[in-house]
Amino acid sequence: MKRLNVNLPGLPVRVTVACAAAALLLAGCELPRPEVEQVGYRGTGMVQVDNPRAVKKLAAANQVPESLPRVEPAGPLAGEIYQNVQVLGDLTVPEFTRVMQAMTAWVSPEQGCQYCHAGAELSSDAVYAKKVSRTMLRMTRHINTTWEPHVRGTGVTCYTCHRGQNVPVNTWSQDPRLDKARGLAARDTGQNHPASAVAYASLPADPFSTFLVADNAIRVVGTKALPHGNATGTKDAEKTYGLMMHISQSLGVNCTFCHNTRSMAAWDQSSPQRTTAFYGIRMVRDLNVNYVVPTAEWLPANRLGPAGDVPKVNCATCHQGANKPLLGVSMYQDYPELGAPRPPPPAPEPVPAEGAEAPIT
Amino acid sequence: MALLSFERKYRVRGGTLIGGDLFDFWVGPFYVGFFGVTTAFFALLGTALIVWGAAIGPTWNLWQINIAPPDISYGLALAPMREGGLWQVITVCAIGAFVSWALREVEICRKLGIGYHVPFAFSVAIFAYVTLVVIRPVLMGAWGHAFPYGILSHLDWVSNVGYQYLHFHYNPAHMIAVSFFFFTTLALALHGGAILSTANPPDGELVKGAEHENTFFRDLQGYSVGALGIHRVGLFLALSAGFWSAVCIVISGPFWTRGWPEWWNWWLQLPIWN
Repeated sequence: MKRLNVNLPGLPVRVTVACAAAALLLAGCELPRPEVEQVGYRGTGMVQVDNPRAVKKLAAANQVPESLPRVEPAGPLAGEIYQNVQVLGDLTVPEFTRVMQAMTAWVSPEQGCQYCHAGAELSSDAVYAKKVSRTMLRMTRHINTTWEPHVRGTGVTCYTCHRGQNVPVNTWSQDPRLDKARGLAARDTGQNHPASAVAYASLPADPFSTFLVADNAIRVVGTKALPHGNATGTKDAEKTYGLMMHISQSLGVNCTFCHNTRSMAAWDQSSPQRTTAFYGIRMVRDLNVNYVVPTAEWLPANRLGPAGDVPKVNCATCHQGANKPLLGVSMYQDYPELGAPRPPPPAPEPVPAEGAEAPIT
Repeated sequence: MALLSFERKYRVRGGTLIGGDLFDFWVGPFYVGFFGVTTAFFALLGTALIVWGAAIGPTWNLWQINIAPPDISYGLALAPMREGGLWQVITVCAIGAFVSWALREVEICRKLGIGYHVPFAFSVAIFAYVTLVVIRPVLMGAWGHAFPYGILSHLDWVSNVGYQYLHFHYNPAHMIAVSFFFFTTLALALHGGAILSTANPPDGELVKGAEHENTFFRDLQGYSVGALGIHRVGLFLALSAGFWSAVCIVISGPFWTRGWPEWWNWWLQLPIWN
């Protein structure tokens, strides 16, 4: 049998090809040394791993704008002076003006007051954006007063999501293209679309409709060793993992930030952050159902998504890649007006009549 | 003592790397050599330290005994014995024992005048271990990134480190390693089957040889790699599995910090369709 003769190219060519291949391989990579943070007991592998260059970028993207100087909470109330003040009527006029100025800088720095207000007629609701801001102000106060388990004392302001944009950059609406499969399959249940929503995994790319509007059970793990009575299937698990991927992606953390993955379901082995996330999921669902979705009735069509639904909230809306939005800086501390409405000032004490006996205390 | 009457003639003097004639002797069937002594020293010391670690730990349950590396805050420094220092000494013992064993294999190869294929193959396994407990921790900046010594605890570590990159099955080197692991078992099964089938003919027939093995695979797939070649293939497949396993973990962290699914975005961004 004749020996097979293979003419290998010369050494310079081979070295060049090897170098090119190595360069190609490394092009998709980062370089050591990563920034790490241990979040569990030593040796468990519960560690956050970050690229220091990405950390710097994130810090630059989360600079907090300077707060407007505080004003004396004195003077008449906005609700008494101005017409049609439905949410912030409990603020004094200087406080009210300061919040309006801040909101303009946070949400419509380019368009100014006119983004919401119709000309000089400040009380008019002619511009839809004014109705949106009213809903959003109600929502902000609702978050700061009833969702303390998630936002703690840090709270939120318009800037937490808006960051100088009319509409927050990170919202979601239904994508009608998602359920159409390529190839011979009739449908692909939203899978295998490389979507940043699920960190580019093959998981269903819209876990939001299932969990962040509809109230479906997220837990898929049974409570017994064998699958007795556990009716959840693979598809449920994939939806759940899709939501989890979204949380990871939005917060810039890996799974071990909340879970000791030897048992994802066990609360006694999870980090405290999992509790915060538990309330966060419920908070987002509450906001979508009670504040965001109802605006569909009067939002202009150009503000709706391709399937005709409102752009809604998910974890990325506030977090934007940081495990604490704005890296934990509380702008709310400088704008407590966005918290609980102030109780109306007490009515002046009736002056006791002359000679009346003082009550026995 | 030789197991077979003709074995004694292979017990030749010399070929040692260190120690000359000092340790050049056998104990029962085992060749000793300088590296036999160091293997025994490191293995016994390491095992004793593991037992001590279990004694100062919370359990004697074999499954749950856990000797963990130091906290990451110790970086690449030495830690107190009870806070990971024990893990560090045991790691030194393990590497000492493994490398001694490989060098003892080298000495035996030299005595016999055969190639170094066996110590080379074992070195790939040592390389994979050293990648996990030395190379990657050094690249990451802390011994705390290595895995703990314990039956269940090291599995928990594997799980969590996989989830650090969201979905480890998207790790390209992991894909290659897993494929080699599967392929190496397939090749071994085909080879084992071929040998047993030719060596076990029906009653009254002669044992078949290489021509039958070759013909079987030529008929089946058009090509037989041959009696020697299948062992080259087997060695290549098995070592590749171990090598790419080492690669898949050393790139996770030092060279990639995000989810592995996201790494594949270079494919989506190819100018052909992007």
